[in-house]
Amino acid sequence: MTLAPTFQLLVALAAVAALLLLALAGAALARGPYGRPVVYGGALVVTLLAAVSALTAIPAPTGGLVLPLGIPWIGANLRLDALSAVFLFVVNLGGAAASLYGLGYGRHDHAPERVLPFFPAFLAGMSLVPLAADAYTFLLAWEFMSLASWALVVSHDKEAGNVQAGLVYILMASFGTLALMLAFGLLAGGGGGFTFEAMRAAPPTGWAGAVVLALAMLGAGSKAGLVPLHVWLPLAHPAAPSHVSALMSGVMTKVAVYGFIRIVFDLAGPPDWWWGIPVIVAGAIAGVVGVLQALLQSDTKRVLAFSTIENIGLIFVGLGLALAFKASGFGGAAALAFTAALFHVFNHAAMKSLLFFGAGAVLTATGSRVMDRLGGLIHRMPVTSVAMLIGAAAISALPPLNGFASEWLVFQAILLSPELPAWGLKLSVPAAGALLALAAALAAACFVRLYGIVFLGRARSEQAANAHEVDVFSRAAMLALAGICVAAGLFPGLVIDALQPAVTALVGVRMPAQSEVAWLSIVPVAESRSSYNGLLVFLFIASSALLTAFIIHRLATGAVRRAPPWDCGFPNADPVTQYSAGSFAQPIRRVFARTLFAARERVEMPPPGSLAPARIEITARDPAWAFLFLPLAGLVERIATRANRLQYLTIRQYLALVFGALVLLLLVLALWT
Amino acid sequence: MDRTLEIAHGTPLDAALSASLVFDVAHLFAGALVLISFLMLYQDRLYALLKVFALQAVVLSLSVGWQALAQDAPHLYVTAAIALVFKAVVIPLALARMVARLGIHRQVETVVSIGPTMLAGIALVALSLVVMLKATAAVGGAADALAREDLAFALSVVLLGLLMMVTRRNAVSQVIGFMSLENGLILAATGAKGMPLVVEISVAFSVLIALIVIGIFLFRIRERFDTVDVDALDRFRGGRA
Repeated sequence: MTLAPTFQLLVALAAVAALLLLALAGAALARGPYGRPVVYGGALVVTLLAAVSALTAIPAPTGGLVLPLGIPWIGANLRLDALSAVFLFVVNLGGAAASLYGLGYGRHDHAPERVLPFFPAFLAGMSLVPLAADAYTFLLAWEFMSLASWALVVSHDKEAGNVQAGLVYILMASFGTLALMLAFGLLAGGGGGFTFEAMRAAPPTGWAGAVVLALAMLGAGSKAGLVPLHVWLPLAHPAAPSHVSALMSGVMTKVAVYGFIRIVFDLAGPPDWWWGIPVIVAGAIAGVVGVLQALLQSDTKRVLAFSTIENIGLIFVGLGLALAFKASGFGGAAALAFTAALFHVFNHAAMKSLLFFGAGAVLTATGSRVMDRLGGLIHRMPVTSVAMLIGAAAISALPPLNGFASEWLVFQAILLSPELPAWGLKLSVPAAGALLALAAALAAACFVRLYGIVFLGRARSEQAANAHEVDVFSRAAMLALAGICVAAGLFPGLVIDALQPAVTALVGVRMPAQSEVAWLSIVPVAESRSSYNGLLVFLFIASSALLTAFIIHRLATGAVRRAPPWDCGFPNADPVTQYSAGSFAQPIRRVFARTLFAARERVEMPPPGSLAPARIEITARDPAWAFLFLPLAGLVERIATRANRLQYLTIRQYLALVFGALVLLLLVLALWT
Repeated sequence: MDRTLEIAHGTPLDAALSASLVFDVAHLFAGALVLISFLMLYQDRLYALLKVFALQAVVLSLSVGWQALAQDAPHLYVTAAIALVFKAVVIPLALARMVARLGIHRQVETVVSIGPTMLAGIALVALSLVVMLKATAAVGGAADALAREDLAFALSVVLLGLLMMVTRRNAVSQVIGFMSLENGLILAATGAKGMPLVVEISVAFSVLIALIVIGIFLFRIRERFDTVDVDALDRFRGGRA
């Protein structure tokens, strides 16, 4: 069956080609005055057009195209179906926002030639992954995306730790690609059917399907940030320039989610009943571990990177539930869980990009990412702080914003789990639900901390006290994303309905149409069970807040009284007496992180009479490093030390090695029965 | 031999040559090549080694010529000529000149003494016969016995050449081991039908270039270390000899 190319597919391909041309233009113009406007402006126009085209492609029929590139007898198979279109929309929307932001933010880049060529190339790679319809094209686009983002991660190579972050990233990315390559190898089978169409026609049977699932979790999970493969995220995401961090955290992790969905839901055939369990468990663990570590960080961008791990966990729980429901034959529930996951993909792309833009704006204005050097920015950066407030509220899942809508849908799906027949699922899903609830609560604490320390209170450093609002492009990008967060929160029914073609294609069933529900409510299962109306909640919050303000203003006295603020008993009102990032997290650190991350506090009190300040030192370690990666690195090191002897053989010994290997292989061949 | 009597008068030679005659003669040459490889392993004088190597090249060119006749593939005559001119004449003369000009010690210095080397060589020939006959059984079957046995002998020659490179200390004898290994490759290539001429010529040229490069290196090594014993290189590099 050959598909005709649709208009949207051609637009998407033209966009990829245009982005690649922009990458060349970026390389040529980087040092000149026109490099930044040409690259970012061009990328903005291209990605906006591609996003609109992708949006119209979601309900449109599938288009396909085979280009005579790549492996000769396969060619480059390209396909734009509903799922691809959803992710293409997310990629290009995030790309457009990052390009707009980059127009202003890029002005502060001291080495634009290290960013401008790779930024459009990165966007092109991410746009090509959802379009690929054979293993070769997919892996090529995937690796292109990885390499371009690696170049961006190490673009500020003089800053401490960035090169090492790049090394960890490229290692994890290669490992992930290896896992995906093996997964595609299994899917293609002995016949070498490397197009997705051939894989779909002959899904793996028995254990092969389970291995494909495991490899997809390793391959896509290492890119998305599933625990324990998450270690590169908090290193690499903060190392990149902020608009690239937004793309990596907000968009590239979603491309990884796409890879997982494409392999597990589309190519691996009908799922077994237990397939959902590892996905749900991995997602729940990622959720809790991610947000707990986010709470321990004192660097704004690291907080956001760890928060990404939490949100990826939530998405994977949704996907795992969809797998479990699909395998057990509950089409409606599977559609609900899958919709929830896709909805959160969209939401997280918007809000995490917004938050990284905000962190970048703060970095531009104050030159610092360390929370304990910031504070009080709400007075000096009003637009940024309003946008960040919306983003923080959305990612903390507060109604009426979009984060609440998608998390609410996930929990609705979890509440349907008692209907599942298998006991393994009946028991594990509520446990995962409890972990997710914990993660959601901790996320709220985490963003109260982030917002409170950075924007509220008083400035903790001179730079923070003298900060200025950022340029108009950055503000526009942040406000646009904040607007998307609000709109998707107020009208979740529209988003849910828009996602349904993709849900129908992969789960087989769609959710009930939300546009028919009165008053813009959403009813995921049945009216009697649950319904939510974002607009109503918004109106209630707005009206009650206005009413309260009105009453207070009418009833309270207008006279001005001056009095010293409560000072905790310390008459010294120095800014350092405020809550700091460390002290705000202390209760949660003591309760949760002591065993999980071996968090320790060491207080150094100077002896009486000494003028030295008292110091508190907090140490914590990531168990993934301590128990997995460091031992692994040690093993590699030992093997390499042993193998190092091979560097010092004589010529004849090398020849003898070759000779011996040849004779040995021939012997094996001779003895083989 | 009575088989030759079956050739009818007036029939073209290539059509009339019976399969068994082709087989026997090719077998004879290939077996001779293996035997000469053993002779080379046995030599303990460099000049004698060079002469045996030239003999092997002559036999190789005869074998290739016979294949050209049997397969009716005229381009193989070119290969045979190349083998005859370069490997039987030019290369041995060049090497002999090098040995003379460099004043190399005329004795072949062995790592493993000659007896065990010969025994290992016998084992290698047995191994290659077992491997090749088994590996090609599924492909060729009884129909292409010629190609199968040819391949087995060719592998033997390759392995014996490698064995020589491994067990000789002197760079010149290692070069000869390499060239003899390459003889085995040509034998295998011509035994299989349909080998393009371009490939053979490029192989021949690469061997020539290898000779030139190795020759230059020999001079350079001698200039620096006053010996062509490759172990001297390793001592200089700080390795374990």
